[in-house]
Amino acid sequence: MSIGLEHFLLLSGVIFTIGVIGVIIRRNAIVILMCIELMLNASNLALIGFSVFSGNPDGQIMVFFVIAVAAAEAAVGLALFVVMSRNRKSVNVDDFNLMKW
Amino acid sequence: MYMAIFILFAIMSIAGAIMVITLKSPVSSAIALIFVLCCIAGLFALMGALFMAALQVIVYAGAIMVLFLFIIMLLNLKDEILGEDEKKVTRVFGSILGIAFLLEIGFFVRRALTVGSESLMYPVPEQFASIEVISTGLFTKFLFAFEITSVLLLVAIIGAIMLSKGEGKTEY
Repeated sequence: MSIGLEHFLLLSGVIFTIGVIGVIIRRNAIVILMCIELMLNASNLALIGFSVFSGNPDGQIMVFFVIAVAAAEAAVGLALFVVMSRNRKSVNVDDFNLMKW
Repeated sequence: MYMAIFILFAIMSIAGAIMVITLKSPVSSAIALIFVLCCIAGLFALMGALFMAALQVIVYAGAIMVLFLFIIMLLNLKDEILGEDEKKVTRVFGSILGIAFLLEIGFFVRRALTVGSESLMYPVPEQFASIEVISTGLFTKFLFAFEITSVLLLVAIIGAIMLSKGEGKTEY
């Protein structure tokens, strides 16, 4: 039995789901950002799978851009958390409901 | 052989991903995430996308995760400040929502693979997207997106500096 696209897509779906669950259940903002990275990686896995199994290298270039966007997002997000912890001495997202009501 | 390697990497990456969302300390989560990223890089290499595997290890596991660990070290938050209060209802609700989401993904993957052509199911080919092919595409077909990415990174750098600089009063 050889590996098909469905195996990679299923693995990608499982990792993406774990990332979604992490974003919902965790309260620590840095861990939430890590779960977002997990979801981006799951999508990367699906993109590479589609690219390889359809024989089109464009998907790998998309992964290149996804990695660049993830780097930018991590930099800005972590800078935000630095400011958050400086103002409130906390990175718990429950402490930041300023714009909630 | 391919199947054995795939199952090994798949189990390791899923176990690592579960560790990312369950471990208490953010540092442990970051280490587990590095492990997951390396496993996913192994899967990329298994599919023949060697350049992307190298990029994953160097940029993701090397640069981005080091940034994460550096910020965790810089914030130096104590456990009570991290305040990971156990809300059981959130945990149960999140898990139910996640499993529903997984079923949804599985349903659409299954439908896409049965509706689509059978040519999607051929075994993993040898390395087809060499670094030459990728860079040619990057500098011809996707040149505009490539340039825009540089602007995006510049904006991110400026944003990160402006955010972390503060309003003139530096406490550190």
